[in-house]
Amino acid sequence: MINSLVQAILLGGYYALIACGLAFMFQVMRIINLAHGSLAILSAYIVWRITDALAFSPFVSMLIVLPIMALIGWLLQRVILERASKGGELLPVLTTFGLSIVIDNLLFQHFGANTRSLASYVGDLSWESYEVFGLWIGKLPVIILCTAIVVIGGLDLLLRFTPLGRQIRATAFDPETAGLVGIDARKIAGISAAIAMMTVGISGTALGLRGTFDAYAGAPQLLFAFEATIIGGAGSLWGVFFGGIILAIAQSVGALIHPQGFLLGGHFIFLTFLFARIYLNRDFFTLRHWLGKKTTKVEQHEN
Amino acid sequence: MKIKRSNAYSMATVIGASLLFVALVSAAFVASDNVLERLTVLFVYVILAAMWNTLAGFGGLVSIGQQLFFGLGAYATIRLADFGIPPFVAVLMAALLVGLLSWPISKFMLHLKAAEFGIGMWVLASVGHLLVNLDPLIQGETGTSLISLNVYQIETRRVLIYLAALISMVGLLIGLFYLLRSKAGIAMQAIRDNEEAADSIGVDAQTVKKWFFIFAAFGTALAGALWLAQASSFQPKTYFSVQWTAYMIFMVLVGGIGRFEGAILGALLFFAVETWFAATGVWYLVGLGAVAVLCSLFLPKGLWGAIESRLGLRLIPVGYQVTDETLKSHKP
Repeated sequence: MINSLVQAILLGGYYALIACGLAFMFQVMRIINLAHGSLAILSAYIVWRITDALAFSPFVSMLIVLPIMALIGWLLQRVILERASKGGELLPVLTTFGLSIVIDNLLFQHFGANTRSLASYVGDLSWESYEVFGLWIGKLPVIILCTAIVVIGGLDLLLRFTPLGRQIRATAFDPETAGLVGIDARKIAGISAAIAMMTVGISGTALGLRGTFDAYAGAPQLLFAFEATIIGGAGSLWGVFFGGIILAIAQSVGALIHPQGFLLGGHFIFLTFLFARIYLNRDFFTLRHWLGKKTTKVEQHEN
Repeated sequence: MKIKRSNAYSMATVIGASLLFVALVSAAFVASDNVLERLTVLFVYVILAAMWNTLAGFGGLVSIGQQLFFGLGAYATIRLADFGIPPFVAVLMAALLVGLLSWPISKFMLHLKAAEFGIGMWVLASVGHLLVNLDPLIQGETGTSLISLNVYQIETRRVLIYLAALISMVGLLIGLFYLLRSKAGIAMQAIRDNEEAADSIGVDAQTVKKWFFIFAAFGTALAGALWLAQASSFQPKTYFSVQWTAYMIFMVLVGGIGRFEGAILGALLFFAVETWFAATGVWYLVGLGAVAVLCSLFLPKGLWGAIESRLGLRLIPVGYQVTDETLKSHKP
């Protein structure tokens, strides 16, 4: 029992890692990038390819991949998102979804149907464990959890205390006014997308180290990232961190209840949080809400 | 200045569509097996495109999870047929049941906006898929088939499925036409153009959206049930695949989002593309995704939107048309 809880928290570290990039982009650009999961798989494949071809450690390959992902993020913003977000809030959904289909199928075309993993390139690390109070805790999941804390902490510090962070916050709050005080909103959006994609590169590597992936593994990663973001409240990056952990715990509970309950457990906790967010302190439990014609106006969410 | 609903083209459309319908019905008795099967597929595509267009084009609701209703429609048909209900009755009942189920779902999901709604629907589709897998009748991912259809001879079955798909498509399109011309439909198009402005003049967006959501769920479920009748085997993974929504998005974006004729044009194009390029395997899917991205960025109103604004052509009068005699300009 305690063991599954600990394992769940460690898995939650991975979810937090993959979710923080999605949440970061959502906070700064008000865009949910539906190609997020596919891009994570793309980065996992690139890390795998470099590792396999040059016999580097996956961690070194990841350092090579980060600038590539940053460039991809910048291009994504400049070529697609900038144009799409001008056409209203629905267009980015459609374009990033279309992009995810392109990426998934290109990966399938190039790398085939075999599943890949980075675990075999890190030697003993993939199974080494610490023994703490009779529990075996894998070294690798601990590294991933710590990475999540460092990445989220880093992003948080960047946003709070650096001039760049101040510009990003200003752009997120009101791009036009930010422009008036001399902030190049286009540049800031490009940099933000680049930062988000670097976190995607890290989480793609983490995914490859933890287990296996294939060309179509992007969609579930997107759903995990989205669920963790919503559970965490989408407002703060630390919220997303706890969102990831809650998601993983719910999945473990689901798996304890029913052998096929792992994913369902996660979905149900997500829907519960959504339900609570929508209906708390509202007239949901009155008969009027269900029978009356006059429904309450849609809540304007802050985020 | 004159305001009217129909024009010379609409009259021609009504006559043309009626003739086409008669031709398609008589085709059931003369066309070859292969042609009938392909046309059945085309009719299902038209339904899917029109239903997704109802939601996104007129309702401003981009759902990535319409495979939920597609899969549930097929699943409910299997379940009802297992209770001993004749297969074609089961198809219709399944769609009605899913339509009914979509009402509480709409109550919940319509509180979400834009991308949150889109991915939220995707999560629900995943929930639906996982729950259906738990039903012992389905045998997990192995799936099952609609064996009750075997009471018909194979030729009779093919003709019956063809006619069922044809009638469903025509029924849903006529239903959509009147829905769009109704008060709710006008309200919906106002919301599509500017939700806040529509709200300020007293349009009740939530109620109208709810009806469009339910209508789209019903139609998509009917498409799923018909697809099951045609394919006869049910594997949850195939029916609850996000690929269905990807197809819907491609058809609507290319054809023309928010245009009644656009969805039909998109379905025809998709059908042609699939017939010619499906053999290229994955590249065909890459192409579909790329074309959808390009269309949404550079041709936001799709092919039909471009045709409409160039030629002022309106085949199906779902809005009002203002003709200024002095300027001779057409305004949609």
